[in-house]
Amino acid sequence: MSLKGFHIVFIIFSTLLAFGIGAWCVWVDLVEGAPIYLAGAICSFVVAVALVVYGVWFYRKMKRLRIIT
Amino acid sequence: MEIPYTVSTRPDTGLWNAKVGIWLFLASEVMLFGGLFSAYIFLRLDAPPGMWPHGLLNVPVGTMNTAILILSSVTVVLAWAALKMRRYRAYWWYMLATILCGVIFLTVKLVYEWPQKFDHFGAYIKPEALGKYEQYLGNKHAAAKDLPPRLEITGHLHNRAALNDPKIKEYEVALDPLNADPTNPAMDRPHFFPLPVTDKIAKIEKEDVQRATMFLPTHSAYFASYFTITGLHGMHVLGGVLVFIYMWLPVSKKLYQRNPEHLANRVEVAGLFWHFVDLIWIFVFPLFYLL
Repeated sequence: MSLKGFHIVFIIFSTLLAFGIGAWCVWVDLVEGAPIYLAGAICSFVVAVALVVYGVWFYRKMKRLRIIT
Repeated sequence: MEIPYTVSTRPDTGLWNAKVGIWLFLASEVMLFGGLFSAYIFLRLDAPPGMWPHGLLNVPVGTMNTAILILSSVTVVLAWAALKMRRYRAYWWYMLATILCGVIFLTVKLVYEWPQKFDHFGAYIKPEALGKYEQYLGNKHAAAKDLPPRLEITGHLHNRAALNDPKIKEYEVALDPLNADPTNPAMDRPHFFPLPVTDKIAKIEKEDVQRATMFLPTHSAYFASYFTITGLHGMHVLGGVLVFIYMWLPVSKKLYQRNPEHLANRVEVAGLFWHFVDLIWIFVFPLFYLL
């Protein structure tokens, strides 16, 4: 697997982690009612979406530039 | 003598040599970290109620470090792509950003997170003396709320000499908020945003203590696992940073001028290693900080 392929795998795992942190924050907020965790959840979900957008952008760019090894 | 297959692919493998080498190396790394993760999970599953610390790590700082590592993976892949496009200047800047991310990660770990732990104290109370320290443990409250028993009193140790001096008969501890106010419902859950130590001092007699130590690997299986895995991971980060520094220095520019594809392949191999190290952290962070 090339660095390009591994990077996409890594971004998928990072995205899952960001969604996981968001879910964890929501869980803590629901159990404890601590608003700061809700803010954390929103930030995490925003980061997760940003990672998805980045992943798609990266894949398309690599394909366009034909940097495929 | 020229080393073969550094740029062109071997006919039998279809790959250049270093790529085969790095994946063999990463396979061995999977086994190393896999064993440690398995050990951690089994230790945790086997821990008696109340004996596995939770919520002792600083989640915001850990999250920041995670974001830094993810960012460094982006910059290293952009550095490689810049080399592929023969844009050395852009490569230089992306590589510098990667190095800085690695250095920041290590600095936070070694200057902030670890020393904070080394400065903290915990004393596990003997089962027969738990009642004597009920005001600090709040086990009746914990039992009523169906929480695991509280067996440890933590905080900052005022008389650090007590750890080694048998003549000193008690520990003087500035208590953590949980032990200062154990029946407060806010203390029923771990605090992932760390709360400062209180002014309330507890005197704990040594004869009532099962074991007492600073938050070092000797404290518990939890901290032994934490320091082993994060320490080993930190050494990998350090190794990656050193390789990147070498590839960022002028010596690599000479290679770039002579054979740019060779440098690009070197960066790709180092980048694969870096991604693996970052991927390890993606598992370390939720395991130790959140769950």
